[in-house]
Amino acid sequence: MRSVVGLLTIWLLWPLGVAAKEGEGVDYGSRWNMTTGVTELSREVHSLHMIIFAICVAIAVVVFGVMFWSLIRYRRSQNKKSAHFHESTAVEILWTAIPVVILVAMAVPATATLKKIYDASESEVDVLVTGYQWRWRYEYLNEGVSFFSNLSTPAEQIKNQQQKSDTYLLEVDEPLVVPVGTKVRFLLTSNDVIHSWWVPELAVKKDAVPGFINESWTRIEEPGTYRGQCAELCGRNHAFMPVEVKAVSQDEFQQFLAQKRAQAEAEKASESKQWSKDELMAKGEQVYATYCSACHQPQGQGLPPAFPALAGNANMIEASGLQGHIERVLYGKSGTAMPGFAETLSAADIAAVVTYERNAWGNDAGDVVQPETINTMLGGEK
Amino acid sequence: MQMQTEHAHEPPRGWMRWLLTTNHKEIGSLYLLFSLAMLFVGGIMALIIRAELFQPGLQLIQPEFFNQMTTMHGLIMVFGAVMPAFVGLANWMIPLQIGAPDMALPRLNNFSFWLLPIAFGLLLSTLWMEGGGPNFGWTFYAPLSTTYAPPSTSFFILSIHIAGISSILGAINIIATIFNMRTPGMRLMDMSLFVWTWLITAFLLVAVMPVLAGVVTMMLLDINFGTSFFNAAGGGDPVLFQHLFWFFGHPEVYIMILPAFGIVSLIVPTFARKRLFGYRSMVYATASIAILSFTVWAHHMFTVGLPLAAQLFFMYMTMLIAVPTGVKVFNWIATLFRGSISFEVPMLFALAFIVQFTIGGLSGVMLAIVPADYQYHDTYFVVAHFHYVLVPGALFAIIAGVYYWLPKWTGFYPSESLGKLHFWLSVIGVNLTFFPMHFSGLAGMPRRIPDYALQFADFNMVSSLGAFIFGLSQILLLIVIYRCVKGGKPAPAKPWEGAEGLEWTVPSPAPLHTFEQPPVFDPQRDSPSRA
Repeated sequence: MRSVVGLLTIWLLWPLGVAAKEGEGVDYGSRWNMTTGVTELSREVHSLHMIIFAICVAIAVVVFGVMFWSLIRYRRSQNKKSAHFHESTAVEILWTAIPVVILVAMAVPATATLKKIYDASESEVDVLVTGYQWRWRYEYLNEGVSFFSNLSTPAEQIKNQQQKSDTYLLEVDEPLVVPVGTKVRFLLTSNDVIHSWWVPELAVKKDAVPGFINESWTRIEEPGTYRGQCAELCGRNHAFMPVEVKAVSQDEFQQFLAQKRAQAEAEKASESKQWSKDELMAKGEQVYATYCSACHQPQGQGLPPAFPALAGNANMIEASGLQGHIERVLYGKSGTAMPGFAETLSAADIAAVVTYERNAWGNDAGDVVQPETINTMLGGEK
Repeated sequence: MQMQTEHAHEPPRGWMRWLLTTNHKEIGSLYLLFSLAMLFVGGIMALIIRAELFQPGLQLIQPEFFNQMTTMHGLIMVFGAVMPAFVGLANWMIPLQIGAPDMALPRLNNFSFWLLPIAFGLLLSTLWMEGGGPNFGWTFYAPLSTTYAPPSTSFFILSIHIAGISSILGAINIIATIFNMRTPGMRLMDMSLFVWTWLITAFLLVAVMPVLAGVVTMMLLDINFGTSFFNAAGGGDPVLFQHLFWFFGHPEVYIMILPAFGIVSLIVPTFARKRLFGYRSMVYATASIAILSFTVWAHHMFTVGLPLAAQLFFMYMTMLIAVPTGVKVFNWIATLFRGSISFEVPMLFALAFIVQFTIGGLSGVMLAIVPADYQYHDTYFVVAHFHYVLVPGALFAIIAGVYYWLPKWTGFYPSESLGKLHFWLSVIGVNLTFFPMHFSGLAGMPRRIPDYALQFADFNMVSSLGAFIFGLSQILLLIVIYRCVKGGKPAPAKPWEGAEGLEWTVPSPAPLHTFEQPPVFDPQRDSPSRA
């Protein structure tokens, strides 16, 4: 039924769609070809691509040329009687040998480039990239800085209620910041399913596999913002976990790290104060929208049975359910898609989102949770 | 004995006849009709996908349903449309081409067909289950397909098992038939290339379907019995899943193309009125492709983090496959060279196959180059590549075969004018759909996404329009087949003047029982490898 409606709608909406042309998007250098990119390796990969492409086109021109010439020249009206030859060992050997030579010619530069790609040694900055459903976490190893990077495109744009921006689906709240002219090594892993971290202009695509740590690297030459996406199907919001990399000067990079550390300090300090319910609700709404609403839905209605409803969830709302509610958010539910957020979110975030879930969308638990409570439950580990 | 007297009875009437039939022609027709139905089911899913992708933004369906559509589309087209279509053609044509009265194991044949509607009924029913159907892609990578999968996954696993058993039984039957039932005097090197390619395909099926069965069983254990084959938290290895899956999956790709090579190798000589160039090298090339297909599986996994030595090995082996594949294309073109060529509908589809399959083959060579593959992998470039070998490739060859053998099946020629209309709309539609995907993929569009960045909008719109043209024009195929069954220009025993092979020695339509006495076969006169 849904399909029938869909098909009809698409034909009816088509003229409207063409009229409502929106932003132009951000191309990575070309709309129909591979980007040249901004690193030595990406340029090498691009030229490799162009060489193989040219060879393939040349082969196609020759093969299809002979084929179509034969079709026209030897069509029945022009050639009543066909020839009788039907085998030639010499010809077979020839057209086995020629492709081998061409392939060897392709393999040599490919091997050289691949060896360079595999040399991640002597890096100056190391970033641990962890895939989550559906966000990336970046940790600067030995710098004490880590944060999550979430899609920042508003839901209204996705639902076609708002004009789409040029960076539609390719923008995040906190981009990965790296210094230019520096060898940056990425260590990739995942917290749940397999993701793949891809930035076309860096020619870096590597799977983030749970239980494994993969390695890749880049050295960006030009300051700028480089965008990409998760490339491996990772569930419902696979299309909505972009990568945004900001390349800045070494000075700006140091400032960025310092600012991130200060931000973390301030966050820590705020956990010991008493929060008002309004403050908690406001923060909770933000946290919910970023971390929870993809599964439990914006109005808490869920998508049963995989993602249970939170709105009107009696077990959760009653006062005795508070402890269980917090634990579920902290530790998740094993065997389901519900992850634990103890590592992901701060005590203040968790206190706020639990408070929000208990008091939003008609839920009326009335209680508030303070960050301190969360820290106590975690035994001071936060 | 009573059994013997029963044999003389007429077959049961009505639907019981089809349920109980052990006749290779009737079972062949059942396979072909089933595959046709699945082609439309999978096709409607493709059109739902393309409708959503017509524009950026979420318009018609939500991501969870979109993921179910991409998954089901792939599973149904691979296991429900392309594979059964080839088995249907094998059932009909292999006994006719080797001069056998039927398949070697007729009751097994009946069983292996009737497993299919059960398997796909079960698979489709998951769409209505709580939590929806499979939503993890037709490659169902763990742990998305285990720990994070919907509850219906166990049903999906069962349906894969049933379809797999069906394939294995069908393959065993084909091997037994070809080895035991050839008419006296017909050596292996006297068989038609369709029989040859199917013999090799059947060995591939017997070799790899058990691996698929193994991998889905491991998933079943992970989901329901607390094992951790693919669960890193329990000491398992998610990458192991991919190794096992693609050890099945890559030969599977050739399972879907080798019989197509066989069909085209019959049609091209027929309408060029010239013997196939390089029959022996065609057989050797097919066997080489089959053997090499076991050594290239990790080219689907270049970004998964394999060691450099493994990357290089799989890159070189993958490039090597281009050599025997190239030999096939060159042989077809050498067959055309200095022929006397006419362009009936089967020939049009076969020629389009050669061109379009070659395009898919060339993009395959590009994908083999590991550093470039880092940019191509999991983008629409890959979608373009494998659709070029499967749709304008394998599916076009199947359609070519259907047009080629319809006169033998029904006794009537299919409509030439409707067939040509069907051909041209299909060629335009299919290329409009899949060619722009090369561009959107190179520009950076990942596959399996329900919504995309704005710079990909133009090519997606073209692809969607092409998909609707291609999809709707397949209704013409239905009309052509329906009309051809009902009537038309009567076809003689050999409806195409340049055709060779034993199938053209029986009347059109082929009677229910043929070759009750083995036909006379003189290799000096009848063999495709004769001097």
